[in-house]
Amino acid sequence: MTDNLQQHLPSGTFEPASAADGMPTIYVAVGELRETLRLLRDTPELGYGFLADIVAVDYHPREPRYEVLYLLSSLGEPGYGSAPRRLRVKVRVSGEDPTVPTITGLWKAADWAERELWDMFGIRVDGHPDLRRILMPEDWDGHPMRRDYPVQIKQPVKTYEPLQVSEEEFVANIQASRDRSKR
Amino acid sequence: MADIEIPVLTTSVEKMVQWARRSSIWPVTFGLACCAIEMMAMSAGRYDIARFGAEVFRGSPRQSDLMIVAGRLSRKMAPVLRRIYDQMPEPKYVISMGACASVGGVFDNYAIVQGVDQVVPVDVFVPGCPPRPESLIYGIVQLQRKIDNMKMNA
Repeated sequence: MTDNLQQHLPSGTFEPASAADGMPTIYVAVGELRETLRLLRDTPELGYGFLADIVAVDYHPREPRYEVLYLLSSLGEPGYGSAPRRLRVKVRVSGEDPTVPTITGLWKAADWAERELWDMFGIRVDGHPDLRRILMPEDWDGHPMRRDYPVQIKQPVKTYEPLQVSEEEFVANIQASRDRSKR
Repeated sequence: MADIEIPVLTTSVEKMVQWARRSSIWPVTFGLACCAIEMMAMSAGRYDIARFGAEVFRGSPRQSDLMIVAGRLSRKMAPVLRRIYDQMPEPKYVISMGACASVGGVFDNYAIVQGVDQVVPVDVFVPGCPPRPESLIYGIVQLQRKIDNMKMNA
């Protein structure tokens, strides 16, 4: 499997790793992540055109603390003898100011996955167009998937949130639905 | 003419109002998790909550009397639950269905509200994970008993 990568990726930019589940896995340096992913996507012989997911692991208290995993798929070409393949690209990220570069320029699908990376692990994504929390409330304190984050939180439950439309929009919406039901 | 019986039933206004309120409890359609599946089973043919007059699940909180909180309530959902509760007309009742809604259940973590009584006043807690439809029916019958003893202006 990695023979194929050895042929088509510049040598020294990646390091094969063994995975318990047998999925082909490589480590890449943070600085070379984007270029490597671009090659994996654009080289016809590799053809990893689909970004399935981005996930992270916190190895606290080890340093480098985090690993970010980019799960790629090559969907294959049915009828042409190329079977679907998967590849796991891992990046080690330091616990001090953890940062990875954005890959939204390569895959639009990375947008929300990278927001989740920021929300859950507090890994900053450099160059992301819209780095906000995606799962937790926007005024939440901390990043819950970090291993040094407390599981239980004694915090009063927020029971009120103002409407996210203005009063005029609200009235206009109701008026529009009335008009629709009249038709 | 004199021997025709006129059907008359005497009662107090309060008794009649209590009877009316408890006999047609309309729950709002509000399922949060797997408990909602049991809630649907309860309203469907096999368990048939229509026997107790509570079968009309309304799509709008403004037509509902009862909110069955069926499932775990996340912190982000809490304002939504409260808003729906606030939109229901008085008198209104809440059943907390299952372990998660009542005390957080297995989700003893940062994301889940540890008991919906922190958000809305609960009348009946139904234990179980998830409660069987019979349990929920029992909970509704308990609520009916409770309504029977409620003062009109309470």
